[in-house]
Formats: sequence, C-alpha cells, structure tokens
Amino acid sequence: MAMLSFERKYRVRGGTLLGGDLFDFWVGPFYVGIFGVTTIFFAFLGTALLLYAASLGPTWNIWQINIAPPDLKYGLGLAPLREGGFWQVITVCAVGAFVSWALREVEICRKLGMGYHVPFAYSFAILAYVTLEIVRPVLLGAWGHGFPYGILSHLDWVSNVGYQFLHFHYNPAHMIAVSLFFTTTFALALHGALILSSTNPARGEIVKTPEHEDTFFRDIIGYSIGTLGIHRLGLFLALGAVFFSAVCIVISGPFWTQGWPAWWGWWLRLPIWS
Amino acid sequence: MAEYQNLFTQVQVEGPTSMGIELENARDNDERTLGPVHLHLLGRLGNAQLGPIYLGFFGLASVIFFTIGFTSIGWNYLVQVNYSPIQFVRQMFWLSVDPPAPSWGLHIPPLNQGGWWLFAGFFITVSILLWWVRMYRRARALGMGTHVCWAFAGAIWLYLVLGFFRPVLLGRWSEAVPFGIFSHLDWTTAFSLRYGNLFYNPFHMLSIAFLYGSVLLFAMHAATILAVSRFGGEREIEQIVDRGTASERAALFWRWTMGFNATMESIHRWAWWFAVLTCVTGGIGILLTGTVVDNWYLWSVKHGVAPSYPELWGPVIDPAAVQSAPAVAPAAH
Repeated sequence: MAMLSFERKYRVRGGTLLGGDLFDFWVGPFYVGIFGVTTIFFAFLGTALLLYAASLGPTWNIWQINIAPPDLKYGLGLAPLREGGFWQVITVCAVGAFVSWALREVEICRKLGMGYHVPFAYSFAILAYVTLEIVRPVLLGAWGHGFPYGILSHLDWVSNVGYQFLHFHYNPAHMIAVSLFFTTTFALALHGALILSSTNPARGEIVKTPEHEDTFFRDIIGYSIGTLGIHRLGLFLALGAVFFSAVCIVISGPFWTQGWPAWWGWWLRLPIWS
Repeated sequence: MAEYQNLFTQVQVEGPTSMGIELENARDNDERTLGPVHLHLLGRLGNAQLGPIYLGFFGLASVIFFTIGFTSIGWNYLVQVNYSPIQFVRQMFWLSVDPPAPSWGLHIPPLNQGGWWLFAGFFITVSILLWWVRMYRRARALGMGTHVCWAFAGAIWLYLVLGFFRPVLLGRWSEAVPFGIFSHLDWTTAFSLRYGNLFYNPFHMLSIAFLYGSVLLFAMHAATILAVSRFGGEREIEQIVDRGTASERAALFWRWTMGFNATMESIHRWAWWFAVLTCVTGGIGILLTGTVVDNWYLWSVKHGVAPSYPELWGPVIDPAAVQSAPAVAPAAH
C-alpha cells in the first residue's frame, strides 16, 4: 500500500544535501533523509513539551489550552520553564522542525528532478512565523511580544495587538496583505473551477482543451493568462500575501507606535493639495 | 540552484492571434470584439494576447448597470467635497456613501439621506447577477461545465448577506456595509466590537481557515506545477486524462513529503471547495450575527469555547442586558 503503481521506478538513491546514503530511505509513503530525522526530533520534542506544558495548565479544553510566552520583565532573557520557558523551547523546536521540513523538501525535489518552487514558497511561511515569534520580539526587546500557543489565546493575541494600534485595518501593509489574500483565493476559485469545467463538461460533451479555457476567459473578461501563467500568478499572489503579512506586523511597534489611522496624516498633509 | 526555474517566459514566440473556439451560432462569433493585441510584458508572465472579449446582451447590460452604480458613488464623493477634483483625490479613502439611518428601517429614504446607497447598491447588485448569467451562458456555449459561475455564486452569497439578507432580517438598511475605503473598514471593526468580537464566531474561524487554506493550497499547487513544468506539468487537462511523468512526480513529491497526495484533477476540487467555502462559511457567520447571536464572546463562554477571563477591572456589564429595546446600531446618535 505504501507504493503507488508507478512509484517504484522513482525511488532512486541520491540527491541528498547532507548525510549521503545514511538516511536515504522511505518509511511507508514518507521519505526520511537526515532532515526527516531532524524533523521528527524537533516535532516530537516540541509536541511533547506542548502536551507537558498543557498538563501543568488549568484545562484540557482544546480551545482553551494556552502556552504563553514569558512575561515582559524577562526581556530577551531565558525564563523559567513554567513562566514562558516552555514557550521558548517550543519556539526553538518549531523553527527547527520547519527548517528541517523545508530542507527535506529540497532533497525530495532533487530526487524527482523538480524545481525548488515548493520549498522556496514554504520558506515564506517560515519567514512569517519567524517574524512574529522572533524578529518582532527581538526588535521590541522582549519575548513576551510573541504570540501564545493556543487556539483561543492566539486569537486574543491578534485582537489585542490589533487594538493596541487602535484600528489595524488602517495599517497599509495589512491592507495590501488582506487584498492579496482575497485575490489569491479569488484566483484559486477561478483556476480550480476552470480546470474542473474543462474536464467535467456539459452532459454528452467530450473533455475540453486549453483552447476552450482561453476562449472562455477571453469571452468573459477579454484576457486569458494561460495554463503556465496562472500558476506563476497564483504563486506570486500567495507569496505576496504572506510577505506583506510579515511586513504589516513587523512595522507595528518597531516602526510605528501610534494608532494606524493616524499614520495616514502624511497623505492629508502633502504639499501638493494647496 | 542557479538553474532556470521558469518564473518568467524568457523567449517569446509570437504566434497567430486566436479568436477563440468557433461558436455554434454564427452571429455569436461577431460578438467577439476589441483587439486582439499582443503585449510583450503580458507575455513575460502568461499569454501575450489581450482580447477579444465577448459582448453579448447580459455582459453589456451588466456593464451599463455597473457603470451607473459605480459612478453614482463617485458623483456622491464629488458632491461631498464640493466638486473639488483636488479634494476628491485627497479625501478619496475617507469618502463614503452610507446606508440610511436606522430610523428609516427598510423604507426608501430621500436620495441624500441614504437613498444614494440604495440606488448604487441596487445597480451594482443587478450588474453582478447579470454577470453571473453571462458566465453561465458563456460556459454552456462552449460546452463546458459551469463550475466558474457556481464558485462566483458563493461570493454573491456573501455579498448579499452583507448588504441585503441580514439588513432585511434585522429590518433596517442601516446594518449594511457603506461604500467607501475607510468606511467599510470602520464598519468591519464596529461590527466585530458590537457583537462581542468576531474572532469568537465559529463560522468566522472556519472562513479564515479556508481563506488561509486557499492561499496555502494555491502556493502549494502553483509551486508544484511550476516545479514540474520542465515535464509539461502545466498541461493539466492532458495530465488528467493521460497521466504523464509530470503528474507522477508532482504526486510523489507530496506523498514523500507528507504521506498523502492529491491527483492532478482532485487538487482542483480541493482548490474549488476551499475557495468557495471561504465565502459560504463567512456568509453564514455574518448572517447569524445580530440575528441569532448577539455577543459571540458570551456565546463562546457559554459553550465552553472561550474561558471566562478574570475581572481585573471590576464587573463588566453586557450593554445588551441594560437596554430594554433591541439594540440599535451605533449610527443612531
């Protein structure tokens, strides 16, 4: 079961970045590699610490479990385990696991003769996480500025940090990020729907071609970006959304400390209006 | 790493212009108009050909309705800045066409007291519905499935919940979203605050999860296809009906990475559902707010989702509990 019918001929040795042949094997459907080992190490340790820290907390309610970063008084120092130290070690584990995962993806790309687009894209997600949990807290001088690990508690963090700036929707980078999130989802709906409408045509019709796809979009809006172009566009939109998300939070505090509505004063005060 | 990753087209081949698949009705082919032109910059990213576009009754009607609705907002802005083109640009983000005050209920007020909001909303809504018909008919004319217009229907659902269904259920247009850049952002924040923080709304949680999930899926899918474009992976329909090495490598990449893979067709079903459910769940969340649930935080505490936080600054009184009449939107004063 572990192998697809065509899979055996792709399971070849080589392409590793590190470790040579040592971990160059599969477990079930999973490729291992040296970075698979480090992924397991960090993921297991981090998850175990999450569970242990949760067991010391007041609740097992899945919504309410909360592993918080240290109090601001600890600054950028190490905190005792039960006062944010767990959060610090878990954060280290998370970054270790994410980076290991990305490098393992690179090895798989090399095995399959593919481009490096997926690990490159994934690195943007890591960048956003590192920005939230490491870069911004360091710029602000305390680990306590990171977000807590918990379902409801991280939502509260987003809400509270948003209202510290009065009205986060006025953050220009947040505006761009949200627009890109919506645009990416819109484009994904159009792309998914277009492929499905070609391969699942009207009753009694044969499967359609890319010429039909181009014709449909040219008929509708006057432009069809094409089969290759839509994937370039989708990747750029999605990565742009993540990038500007990271920008919008890292400028909140380190760069701008007032309410975001006040930031727009520069526009109203431009000399060109009078 | 310094190898070609196919992010842009480096050598463009200028092919003949395509006027599109011939339509059954000969007269329909004459409806394809404007251009086409070939633009080099477009060709860097995707197809260089811009145009033609299909005119048609529903498309033309939709454009006319949209133009009337959209420009009526613009003229309102211009009136608000006393016809000063400079102030029009300067205050663009602050200008707004607001719905009628709560006291108007669902009645039609004079134009300058919210009537313009109804006017613009009506024309833009009709335009959107006409555009839906256009998409349906264009798909059918080409013998294709109607997945695009049904996805579009998901977005229309959210739009109608915000501007029509929910205001009608609550009995006042004032509940609806204003037409303006900052004003619709203000509406969103005020809405969240008024109903006890929308983050505690489970359908809002779902909608955000699908929104982020959609972006994640598109990044994963687009990156995978580009990574196997050297094997012709972007020819997805061909890969779906006759699996090639591009599909096999794309599938194995994810299977080896996370133990599971979609197929070349099923990834587009994942995509369609994630994107569509973003709007569908979002619309449900908005529709329940103020109609069924008045305070999502208290709702979450009641159902064991949110903890009841310690009262650091004394007891907090739920505003809704001290008002005898049903809560009136803040716009009342």
